Parts: sequence; C-alpha cells; structure tokens
Amino acid sequence: MTPLLELRGLSKDFATHRAVANVSLEIPRGAFFSLLGPSGCGKTTVLRMIAGFETPTLGEIWLNGARIDSLPPYQRNVNTVFQSYALFPHLTVQDNVEFGLRRKGVADAEARVRTVLDQVRLEGKASRMPSELSGGERQRVALARSLVLAPDVLLLDEPLSALDPLLRKQVRGELKDLQRSVGVTFLFVTHDQEEALSMSDQIAVMNAGAVEQVGTAREVYCRPRTKFVASFLGAMNWIDGAGVRPEAVRLSNAGPGRKATVGGSSYLGSVMHVEAKIDGGESVTAQVVPGSTFQPGQSVYVSWNAEDEVRF
Amino acid sequence: MKLRTAFLAPAAVLTAVTLVAPLGIVAVYSFLTRGAYGGVEFPWTIENYTRLWDPLYGAILWRSVWIAAVSTALCLLLGFPLALFIARSGARKNLYLSLVILPFWTSYLIRTYAWMSILRDTGLVNTILRSVGLIHEPLPLLYNNGAVILGLVYGFLPFMVLPLYATLERLDKSLFEAAADLGARPWDTLLRVTLPLCAPGIRAGAILVFVPCLGTYLTSDLLGGSKTVLIGNLVQDQFTASADWPFGAAASLALMAMATVLLFAARRRGEELL
Repeated sequence: MTPLLELRGLSKDFATHRAVANVSLEIPRGAFFSLLGPSGCGKTTVLRMIAGFETPTLGEIWLNGARIDSLPPYQRNVNTVFQSYALFPHLTVQDNVEFGLRRKGVADAEARVRTVLDQVRLEGKASRMPSELSGGERQRVALARSLVLAPDVLLLDEPLSALDPLLRKQVRGELKDLQRSVGVTFLFVTHDQEEALSMSDQIAVMNAGAVEQVGTAREVYCRPRTKFVASFLGAMNWIDGAGVRPEAVRLSNAGPGRKATVGGSSYLGSVMHVEAKIDGGESVTAQVVPGSTFQPGQSVYVSWNAEDEVRF
Repeated sequence: MKLRTAFLAPAAVLTAVTLVAPLGIVAVYSFLTRGAYGGVEFPWTIENYTRLWDPLYGAILWRSVWIAAVSTALCLLLGFPLALFIARSGARKNLYLSLVILPFWTSYLIRTYAWMSILRDTGLVNTILRSVGLIHEPLPLLYNNGAVILGLVYGFLPFMVLPLYATLERLDKSLFEAAADLGARPWDTLLRVTLPLCAPGIRAGAILVFVPCLGTYLTSDLLGGSKTVLIGNLVQDQFTASADWPFGAAASLALMAMATVLLFAARRRGEELL
C-alpha cells in the first residue's frame, strides 16, 4: 500500500547552514507518527515544508499520490497546530474554528463546528474570546480549528510544550484517544522522548538535519541503530564501547560480574539509581528497587546479560 | 514617590506655562471685544461665537474637515502597504524606517516650497509635459484643494506609517501562517486577519494625521492660495491682517472642540484614547 505522505530526499538550506539534509520518510494513513530530536535538529523545518511555509531546496513531498511541494499552504490538505496555537485574538472560539470552513465555502459550517467542539470538550465555550481561555482550552481550540477541516495529515508542532508539566501528561492520553477516534493521521514534532515513546505508532529520530532511525517506540528504544539514538532516548551506560541501559544492570554482593565500588545513589520514587565505579573502569548507573541498601564505598559486583548490550 | 514627582516636574511645569496658561488666555480673549489696533478690550461678549454660525465660516469649517478626512484616508491607503512592506523586510527594516523619517531632516516649509516649484505653471511637471508635447497650456496644478491634499499627504504620511509599523511588527507571524494554513488566500488573510489586528495602529495613525491636518494653515496658504481658506488660515488671519483677536480665539477654540469631539467619537467603547 502506498503511504499517505511521502518525503523523498528532502533538504532545506538556510543562508548559513543546512537545516534538513536528505530526509526520506513514509507516513502511513491513520498513523500517529512522531519526529523526535533535540532543538535545532530540523524537525520543525520538515513540518513547515509539509505545511508549505518553507520551500524545500531539494526533494519532493507527495500527499495522497500527488506532489504538493510547490503548492501554497492554502491549497494543501494538511493543517497545523502551532506551538503558540496562533489563535486569532480578535475572533471568538466559534469564529476561529469556523475560519477554515468559511474559506472553503462549506454549507453546514455551524453544525460541523458544534460537532468538533463537542469532540474536544469545548461545548459551551463557543462565544468566548481566546484571551478568556486557559492554556489547555486554547490548545483544544487549535486542535478543533484544524480537525474540523478533516485534513489528510494533521501537523503538530510541539503542541504540549506551552502547557504546565502536570497537564502535559494528562493531555498526552487525550491527544492519543482523539487521534484514534477521529482517525486522522498525526505528524507530531517533539523534543520530549517520553512524549514520543508514549503516544507514537512510529518514531523518526532526527539529529543534525538527518533521520537517524525510524521505528516503533520499542524498536528505537531497545534496538537503537546509532549511538545518537541510543543516547537520546533514555539513559545509557557506555562500558568498553557497549551500551547498557540502567534497568539492565544488576548489582550484587557476590559475583559473578565486574568488581565495583558504590558511589552515590538517587531515590526517584518508583525506582532508585545507584552509581558504581567499576574498578579500573567507567562509572555505571544501575536501576534498583527502592529500599535497596547500597552504601557509598561498598564493594559490589556489576553484571548484565549480553543480549541487553548494544554495540555500534 | 518623591523621585516620580521630581521626574515629572519639568514636563509638568513646561506644560503648565506653555500650554495650559496660553489656552486660558485664549479662552478669556474669546469672550472679549476687539481692540482698535489688535488686542482686546472690555466689555465681555459672546458675539465672537455667534458670528461663527455665519454660513461663510461654516463652509470653511466643512472644507477643513473634509480635506483633513480625505488626506487621512489617503495616508492610510498609501501607508498601510508601506508599513506592511517594512515590517516584513527582515534585516532591511531599519534602513527603510530611516528613509520614512528622512524628510524630517528638511524644514516642512522648504519642502512645501519645493512642491510649489514642482506644481506651478512654469514648474517641473508642466515644463516636462509641455516639452514632450502632451499639453499646450499649463495644467492648473497649484492653488486648489488637490494641491493642499497632496501637500498634507506628503507631509503627514510618516505619522501614519510609524504607528502602523509598530502594530504590525508586534503581531505573531504564525497568525498569518495559520490563516494560510486554514485555506485563506493572501487577500483573505489581509482583510480578515491583518487589517482587523492592525486596528489600534490604524486608529493611532488616523488621529496623528487627522488632527494636525484639521488645523493646518501653512500648507493651505502656500499650496491652496486664496481659494482654499481653511479654519487654520481663518485663525491666522484674525491675529494678523484682520486684527480681530477675540474672533480668532473663538475660532481656534471651536477647532479644538471639534477635534476633541471627533477623537472621542473615534474611540472605541472602553478603550483608551490612542
């Protein structure tokens, strides 16, 4: 089956640097697909090229079997949820959500707005101004304003970063549920690996303008293909060139394993991280159950299973 | 608090001495009788105000208002695209802004004289048109309402461009992207997003242009000649040639009152002036 959205060898040069370098991706219909990477890795530029705000220097963008990379934004059937939400401050919630429908001359605009406002739990707020809404409500108006147009792909540019941390975790679940219920393909840009891992069907990890790996959350976490992917997603110990996750490291008072000396430990609530320095080698972080008694200076043995190692 | 008072004092004193006090004097003069050789005499009278109802002065007042209104509208029409262009020209912004302000380096009087030499019968425009054979008689470009409006628009355009620019500059760029993203073509974005969000700048610019245009006398005197007397010229004339200070005082207060009424009418409910 052909992918809904396909990027072929996409590159973008700015005056001083190459922001995106030869990115090729296939995004299947109905997927929750994330572009994950540190700030400045080019993920937002990729999104902006798909939306039509930037013109690719090289490469092609195909949507639904048609090439769209030279179309203006208003002729592409994709919509964007902006990081700042970009709600029109002079229009009510109703008029914000209706804006796109009016541009397309849709007849039953008001009924559609009502339906989508129900979907994002904003019924009763239609006559409010954006300035009268909470951050979470504004984010949902931004979602509603895009979803009401039934885009082929919804582009989301770090839509959770403006929310406070507590709300952010709750919204993750809601966003995933919403995506499932409306069935629209989501292309989600984030620098937050937890966000990407918890919501995505597929993740493309980007670094320095290029895609390093594409896979499911489990694949990119457990079988990283590059050292960057291994380090960027979760904590990683590097021992003699091999990567081992803290949760795969075991500490014991008797062998087998390498002899080590306990340094510090940090209690993280549900788990505890213990630092141990292998004699004549690196420091290792091990994840242990809270309540374990490892004292600084104590001699321990560090071990792990060979299949938990990653090597490049 | 003390520091605040100290900081405010110089401006407060200056305003009291040069604005409030003279205004008081003008107000008092407007209720007195004309002196034989200028100046004022007793007794008190309201005759200076009743004279303003004369249709002759009504016509002058009306002409002042519509010339100021047309000039303001033209400044907006020319200034909005210019402000939009400057706000979107990235690193060149400061260069373009200084070009907008550049004319202020030359006296307004000299620039108005320059327009006279461009527009008069033997001026630049008529000379060129005649030499290429497009006309045989000079076009009457000077000494009419059109010349006054041209001079006002030329002189006050920067006062429209600067507040418009300041407003446009502050707007979140993603709002325009969002409009395009939601299917709005460039004209739609301009009419439904850019213009409405620019309303505070439009109001500020309109006030900054309209009020001085309403009271202008130099431009109408030099470019309008005797056919285009505005209320500013009427006031000036009372204090000079006609030597009727009380009537001049009454006319200038009437002008102020009218400007104030129009300003409050332009103010949106619940909003500050400017």
